[in-house]
Amino acid sequence: MLTSIIYDFSPLTHRIDQFLSETFSPGWAVTMELVIVGLVFLLFYAVVGLFLVLAERRVCAFIQNRLGPNRVGPEGLLQTIADLLKLLFKELIPIKRADKFLYNLAPFIVIIASFMAIAAIPFAKGLHAIDFNIGIFYVIAVSSLGVVGILLAGWSSNSKYSLIGAMRSGAQIISYELSVALSLLAIVVLSGSMQLSEVIASQESGWWIWRGHLPAFIAFLVYLIASTAEINRGPFDLAEAESELTAGFHTEYSGIKFAFFFLAEYMNMFIVASFATTMFLGGWLPFHIDGWYAFNHMMDFIPPVVWYLGKTAFIIYLIMWFKWTFPRLRIDQLLTLEWKYLLPINLVNILIVAFISWKNWHF
Amino acid sequence: MTEEVKEIMFREHEEYMINMGPQHPSTHGVLRFEVYLKGEVVTKLVPHCGYIHRGIEKMCEKDTYPQIIHLTDRMDYLSAHINNEAVSLCVENALQVEVPERVKYIRTILAELNRIASHQLWWAAFGMDLGALTTFFYGLRDREKILDIFEESFGSRLLHSFITPGGLMHDVHPNFQKRTKEFIKYFRKKLPEYDQLLTGNVIFQNRTKGIGILSKEDAIAYGITGPSGRASGFSCDIRKKYPYSAYPFVQFEEKLSHEGDSFARYQVRIEEMWESMKIIEQLVDNIPEGDYTAKMKAVLRLPEGEYYQRVETARGELGVYIVSTGEKFPYRIKFRTPNFSNLFIMNKLASGGKIADLIAISGSLDLVIPDIDR
Amino acid sequence: MEIINYIKDILKALRSLWKGMMVTGYYFVHPKEIVTQRYPENRKKLEMFDRFKGEVTMPHDENNTHLCTGCGICETNCPNGSIEIITRKEINPETGKAERVIDKHIYHLSMCTFCELCIKTCPSNALAWGQSFEHAVFDRHKLTKVLNQPGSKLRKEPKEKKVTEEKN
Repeated sequence: MLTSIIYDFSPLTHRIDQFLSETFSPGWAVTMELVIVGLVFLLFYAVVGLFLVLAERRVCAFIQNRLGPNRVGPEGLLQTIADLLKLLFKELIPIKRADKFLYNLAPFIVIIASFMAIAAIPFAKGLHAIDFNIGIFYVIAVSSLGVVGILLAGWSSNSKYSLIGAMRSGAQIISYELSVALSLLAIVVLSGSMQLSEVIASQESGWWIWRGHLPAFIAFLVYLIASTAEINRGPFDLAEAESELTAGFHTEYSGIKFAFFFLAEYMNMFIVASFATTMFLGGWLPFHIDGWYAFNHMMDFIPPVVWYLGKTAFIIYLIMWFKWTFPRLRIDQLLTLEWKYLLPINLVNILIVAFISWKNWHF
Repeated sequence: MTEEVKEIMFREHEEYMINMGPQHPSTHGVLRFEVYLKGEVVTKLVPHCGYIHRGIEKMCEKDTYPQIIHLTDRMDYLSAHINNEAVSLCVENALQVEVPERVKYIRTILAELNRIASHQLWWAAFGMDLGALTTFFYGLRDREKILDIFEESFGSRLLHSFITPGGLMHDVHPNFQKRTKEFIKYFRKKLPEYDQLLTGNVIFQNRTKGIGILSKEDAIAYGITGPSGRASGFSCDIRKKYPYSAYPFVQFEEKLSHEGDSFARYQVRIEEMWESMKIIEQLVDNIPEGDYTAKMKAVLRLPEGEYYQRVETARGELGVYIVSTGEKFPYRIKFRTPNFSNLFIMNKLASGGKIADLIAISGSLDLVIPDIDR
Repeated sequence: MEIINYIKDILKALRSLWKGMMVTGYYFVHPKEIVTQRYPENRKKLEMFDRFKGEVTMPHDENNTHLCTGCGICETNCPNGSIEIITRKEINPETGKAERVIDKHIYHLSMCTFCELCIKTCPSNALAWGQSFEHAVFDRHKLTKVLNQPGSKLRKEPKEKKVTEEKN
């Protein structure tokens, strides 16, 4: 029973649902389910955030011919906990003429936006919290709320540096949302539905990245570039460019509020990577080659959660690789890239994808 | 509205001032830039130096000539040997002392190694300023090999006080030649990687091409020497125009460029690294045997008069001007430092550009702040 | 025509980015290139170079003797006063005359600029470089050291031709 749980979580969730609706009244059952799901996600958020911060530091260290943190805990696994404790002890420096309500509200908005997006990720069969028919549309809409948090942080800090950083970041995120949405639209056209479980189901005969040959590949590249810009990372991180304007929009935040921004950035990276795997790389589906039955059987042996996490880890590694190799783009070059290069490519790509999907010319 | 009224309204309502203050990750030292901005565009830039003024020239007035050497190390600490060589050559020319051939060869090899080390650090910091954070580690990793050569012979990695009036403090380690040849072989393989990582990168080229164009007339008028001046077409290499030490015995080219933008300054420095390796290869196998110093008196007294000596450091022309009244201390010593002249072109180059361009320009000019303030 | 240039620009840009990524990717998969030294775990095996300038020391041999005569030449040559020599007069038992003997050779490590002039100009070769580099202390006064150990005497060596030259 335990071994088959790993492959399909739906019997487990059904059993819990039955148990709860038998013992409590329907209202209470729903509330308890919501609380359980919320707690699981909070735990997941915290653990993955901790792990990602450490992973970034070790990946960047290996690229730079050095070791990275490896003293606190075995191979440095407890390093982020030590950092978190340090941040908790720091003094929350109050700003004199800052708008106090907005100043305190801004980190929460950023965290809430990324939290709402995590709820829609399909981790494995049966481990899918929010699964309605406008899945991907919901995700894009909800992740746009993060911009509000950044702009509020910059404005309410009452500091020139923060304001410049927030304005730059706001312009950048709003422009790149277009490219993200259009490149994901290519896959929606190919698979015929916005619901995330349907998109995964349509990839059972092969992942969209090679079934949709050229246009899907172009859409994948554009999505990678646009989403790195969305999360303020990599070559597009001038909102928090350390060598130009101290720390950009979160200059005036210290202690646990800074930890929120920091954590939200890494979780946004996780969200962006998981949607790349869901739409382009087949989500939790294993790697099958048509006709090689023994090979497919072996691939089925690995649980879907592991497939999903492995693919996400690969995309996260790509995003980190970008950051540590390339210099930063200037703000006007960044906007030129979006409006003059990515957007036209995206629009032409959608035309091609629509044509291919109509003529059934994909694999 | 007249132009004057518009100007006043602009200055009061739209222009704002930011201090890229003394503690800033990208000004490479303690230097304050008062930057006046309109939106994202820089309108005026006022540099304020003097935060690390230590009074070196005044301290030299109570030191004998061998004791001045340890202070000159600390001016432009990235080309310490070349600074020492400047003062030593000035004193030797004043006393009309001829140094042995071995000393000349070793001094030139050390100066060129120092030039490569300084350019490696410049490349590391320039990449880091622009956001490519791995270049910092690659540049410093390769620089460690040169610092190992120095540590074996002199005992210290950065500030050596090794080249003194009369020759050298002591002889170099027997392993010096072997290690230098190994380093040349190693670095010839690594320098093309620098090109792959940064020079050919489209993002880097967009950040530096056409940014901060310095015309040749401006370079001559402001006295911008060194690689920054050579990138604008100003042919000012002291090693070619007024050769000293072993430079008359070697063949090398002076690399010029005519664009004058940040990318040209970058290219000139990378090519200078190749030329320095050529110079070292020509000298390292042929170091003549002999004394490592000439016979000097215990107490050096320069005859009355004024003496000037110029050398080419990694950043430009360093001039040493000694006024002596016959005592064992100099009456006045003045250093014409390259970074002091290079700093004041920043206003002209950075105005009209964006903040990000300011960082690219100051990185490509390669300023070392203690040299500005002495 | 412009479209061809546009596409060519994009492909050239992508190629340059790919080449840059290959360099960093190479170092990621070759952990043998890591140059970090595991200090402080490797303290026992750490060897500095022979001529490493750690601090100025006065070498004493196994009979607790050193070579310093207290002449004060190092104090005169030090550019910023990091050396103070305190001497006293002692009656030499062999000749019966009063002569100068070193009492304390005070060395301010906090002010020393490691310029090597004291070691070079000492006429009796009494000073040398030590190799310890861990000088961090919590109290600045611990950095003022007395170089001659208590109870040590001057080593009388037969007069031989000195190998060092008089340069300064």
